[in-house]
Amino acid sequence: MNAHASGSPRTAAMLDVAGLRKVYSGSGRTIEAIRDVTFTVGAGELVCIVGPSGAGKTTLLKCIAGLLPPSGGRVVLEGQAVAGPPPAMAVVFQEYGRSLFPWMTVRQNVELPLKQKRLPAARRVQLVGDALRAVDLADAHGAYPWQLSGGMQQRVAIARAVAYEPHVLLMDEPFAAVDAQTRADLEDLIRRLWHRLKVTVLFVTHDIEEAVYLGERVLILSHAPTVIMEDVVIDLPDERSQLETRSLPRFSELRKHVYAKIQLAKQGWRPPGESKT
Amino acid sequence: MKGGQTLRQAGLALGLPAALLATWWIASSGSANFYFPPLQTIAQTFVEVWVSPRLLDDVVPSLARLAAGYFGAVVLGLLIGIPIGLSRALRNTLEPVLEFLRAIPPPALVPILILFAGIGDTMKTLVIVSGCIWPVLLNTVEGVRGRDEVLEDVTRCYRIRGFARLWHFVIPSASPQMFTGLRQALSIGIILMVISEMFAASNGLGFAIIQFERSFAVAEMWTGIIMLGLIGIGLAQVFRLVERRMLAWYHGLRQSQRAGG
Repeated sequence: MNAHASGSPRTAAMLDVAGLRKVYSGSGRTIEAIRDVTFTVGAGELVCIVGPSGAGKTTLLKCIAGLLPPSGGRVVLEGQAVAGPPPAMAVVFQEYGRSLFPWMTVRQNVELPLKQKRLPAARRVQLVGDALRAVDLADAHGAYPWQLSGGMQQRVAIARAVAYEPHVLLMDEPFAAVDAQTRADLEDLIRRLWHRLKVTVLFVTHDIEEAVYLGERVLILSHAPTVIMEDVVIDLPDERSQLETRSLPRFSELRKHVYAKIQLAKQGWRPPGESKT
Repeated sequence: MKGGQTLRQAGLALGLPAALLATWWIASSGSANFYFPPLQTIAQTFVEVWVSPRLLDDVVPSLARLAAGYFGAVVLGLLIGIPIGLSRALRNTLEPVLEFLRAIPPPALVPILILFAGIGDTMKTLVIVSGCIWPVLLNTVEGVRGRDEVLEDVTRCYRIRGFARLWHFVIPSASPQMFTGLRQALSIGIILMVISEMFAASNGLGFAIIQFERSFAVAEMWTGIIMLGLIGIGLAQVFRLVERRMLAWYHGLRQSQRAGG
């Protein structure tokens, strides 16, 4: 598998984003959120996107998810241009408190998308059970989301995404609103699920350490109007643990490197030769 | 602990009505005023008047009209309100018209409705519909319009569409506001039920009260008014039970938000 090579051939691409541009226009003003974003994610890769606040991370993710029409460029998933939310994609949103249906139990929340897929009942029961077990919520089937802690709610949202059996899993700062301890657990959960399911993961975060710890590659975004500053290959051992990985010298190096870039981004770094446009 | 609390709440809830009744009872006990007979007389008359075939002849037709008008208004209000809440274009087009129609007091429609629908049950039901529909419709529009954007993205991302989207997302997320409308509509419905029966009717509670008044059966008239109050309380209790059940998730959610924040 040559997933680590950022310039991997197009044929191996699971997700191909080319020249993506997003301009918001309304009430006489136009705001250029994303100028030109191009990258490729190979099948089975775990890629993190990190950027300073105001880097248009959520806008970028929504364009990729087909939730927002881009103003230019294209998003191609498994050879198919994305024009709306594609069936092979699942999204985990940042606001866990608002992304689960409060009138449904945990089981119903996870099962609803599977019903829409018209899966037979036996298969649904199996997928829901497996997914909730995978996120350690096997005994929460009958609970309502608001009866659970924030971290547990986000695990339900992850279980819903996993049960959907997507080829690509998009995550939009999923752990931004949970406490540090829970966040570490959830990060390890994502690594575990990724190993087990061989799903392609695109993980958006503002947390540099999180990006380096989780990713096989880290894409660093500039400040808006967004371009990609750098595509960093994370050459850390595949087996990661909160304690050991984070104390590796290489981890610090990578963290420093990404940190320096983010600082540049905050100071308004622009790609060379851009001033012409 | 919990039992004691419930008892205290019940005591508080019933205390004032009991005190008011006692005051009425004592103040009116020796009353010789023709228009304000002693409450004791009214209570005795109540049993005579309402524990009788009159219960079937007047109360049941009233409740049947109320039910027909109320549920008709609910169905119409939801059927019209949901599409308006979903579409900004529809809202912009219809809002001025709706504001105008809502501003018309339903009793003013009675003469017109008599022209079209005669003086029978259809007219009375239509009067109730014409008043009850507004709170249901307008609250449904607001509720549907105010649905959460994140959940909207979730339904799109997981391709929950068409009827499933309505049933599992749009209607439940609007339901707390819908229930606000349903509650307002219920009290409006009771008022209109009585008013509609005061025009050209041959039975019903409103008719009975007017009849008693015109035949100077003052104690009987008072019993009719008390009957209306009791029906109002009863229906409100039934409504609360249904709401508690249907919106159990909402009350739970609110409680957890209060505890957390």
